[in-house]
Amino acid sequence: MSFDGSVILAALPAILSGLKVTLGIWVAATALGIALGFVVAAFRHFGPRPLGLALRLAVEVLRGTPFLIQIFLLYFGGPFIGLSLDPVPAGLLGLSLYAAAYFSEIFRAGFLAVPRGHVEAAQCVGLSQAQIVRRILIPEMTMLVLPQCVNMAVILVKETAVLSIIAVPEATAVISALGSQQYAFVESLFLLAVIYWGLVEACGRAGRALETRLSKFRFA
Amino acid sequence: MTLPAPAIAIRRLSKSYGRTEVLHGIDLEIARGATTCLIGPSGSGKSTLLRCIAFLEEATSGTILIDGQPLGFEEQAAGRRVRLPPQRIRKVRSGIGMVFQQFNLWPHMTALGNVTEALVTVKGLSRQEADARGMAQLRRVGLEARARHYPSELSGGQQQRVAIARALALEPEILLFDEPTASLDPELTGEVLNVMRDLGGEGMTMVVVTHEIGFAATVGQRIVFLDHGRVLLNGTPAELFAAPRHPRLTQFLETYLDRGAAMLLKPA
Repeated sequence: MSFDGSVILAALPAILSGLKVTLGIWVAATALGIALGFVVAAFRHFGPRPLGLALRLAVEVLRGTPFLIQIFLLYFGGPFIGLSLDPVPAGLLGLSLYAAAYFSEIFRAGFLAVPRGHVEAAQCVGLSQAQIVRRILIPEMTMLVLPQCVNMAVILVKETAVLSIIAVPEATAVISALGSQQYAFVESLFLLAVIYWGLVEACGRAGRALETRLSKFRFA
Repeated sequence: MTLPAPAIAIRRLSKSYGRTEVLHGIDLEIARGATTCLIGPSGSGKSTLLRCIAFLEEATSGTILIDGQPLGFEEQAAGRRVRLPPQRIRKVRSGIGMVFQQFNLWPHMTALGNVTEALVTVKGLSRQEADARGMAQLRRVGLEARARHYPSELSGGQQQRVAIARALALEPEILLFDEPTASLDPELTGEVLNVMRDLGGEGMTMVVVTHEIGFAATVGQRIVFLDHGRVLLNGTPAELFAAPRHPRLTQFLETYLDRGAAMLLKPA
């Protein structure tokens, strides 16, 4: 038995379609996770206490259970509560919720990290509470949380592989199936490792570039 | 002959954190057009008093009148204290500018952006008009050339001068300073004190919490010495620093011998 990449390359169109699904779900889940996570963090920071406690419980559950179990429960348990989703929507929803839980914690810490004095300075020049959130808190928090957000995006790209177990036709599902058919297990796994690592590396580089560009806004 | 109403009139002001009372029934009038320095040992309540005047802290009891208008709370006939509606609070507060020890510039905005933020967001000025006014204020503190710099690109002294320009942009009647030079390197305090000295010379009403005893003695027209949450002494520098001094003040000044206060301790 020898390491032979040609069988993999022969199936390039299938691989590319898997890659497209991986990328699509990753980008969409990251965007939805950031949006939902921000709303959750804002409600926990500014909203009424009972709502904050309820959201906290939801976040704790999502952070305290394996993503594998969550996605199984959503896909196979969903129909019991009338939520029958196809693999791709189920995967996207599951990953987005999982991401939102983590992003909300990042944003919550970000809100707390904005110096109290920056808010007081805004109060002193007459900005309203809503203007302070929009003009001061959100921009300053964004600066503070950028590195953790990039880190979370990196984790999420790898978590998309979990979606293969509910038959989402993403890269891991497509390429490992190919490996089984062609008896090219090592080659397919190797290719997958390279693909994920490449995505993670690209994401990290983009994040660092963004940080550098924004570095002059850093806290004095 | 009637005396002009004081810029700030404080009546029986008390402030507690939980069960600890840090201000005990302060009565104080701040004269218009003068520089008043609040001095005293740490824990004497001078910063808390200043933050109450800025309405960043809410006093537990008592009232503050800014230009005759109640700040935050109004005392009614029956001695009850009622909170005023937010618009009225904002109106009275708009006459007060505040400068902090930590500058508190917004790091994502340029120097000009910091100065013009409230002009655009609160006053609704056009960007062009706000920039013109902002530049005028930056010129006043000598930082016209740094308008497009971000706070992280400015020295501590420059940041504090931008913070002063930001407070001036709204054309307040009263400027409050909370230890404005305490987090600056010694060689940078001069540029900030000079700006403050100029403002005092222009007749701005200023209340300055400071550890710069030399500044207080030379620029302050009134010195208020607080100790344990009470006004212990209130007078002109000449009155306070001339012998015979209050023993508590002497004790306090002795800790400042290495900060240029030695001259004050020489027998008159």
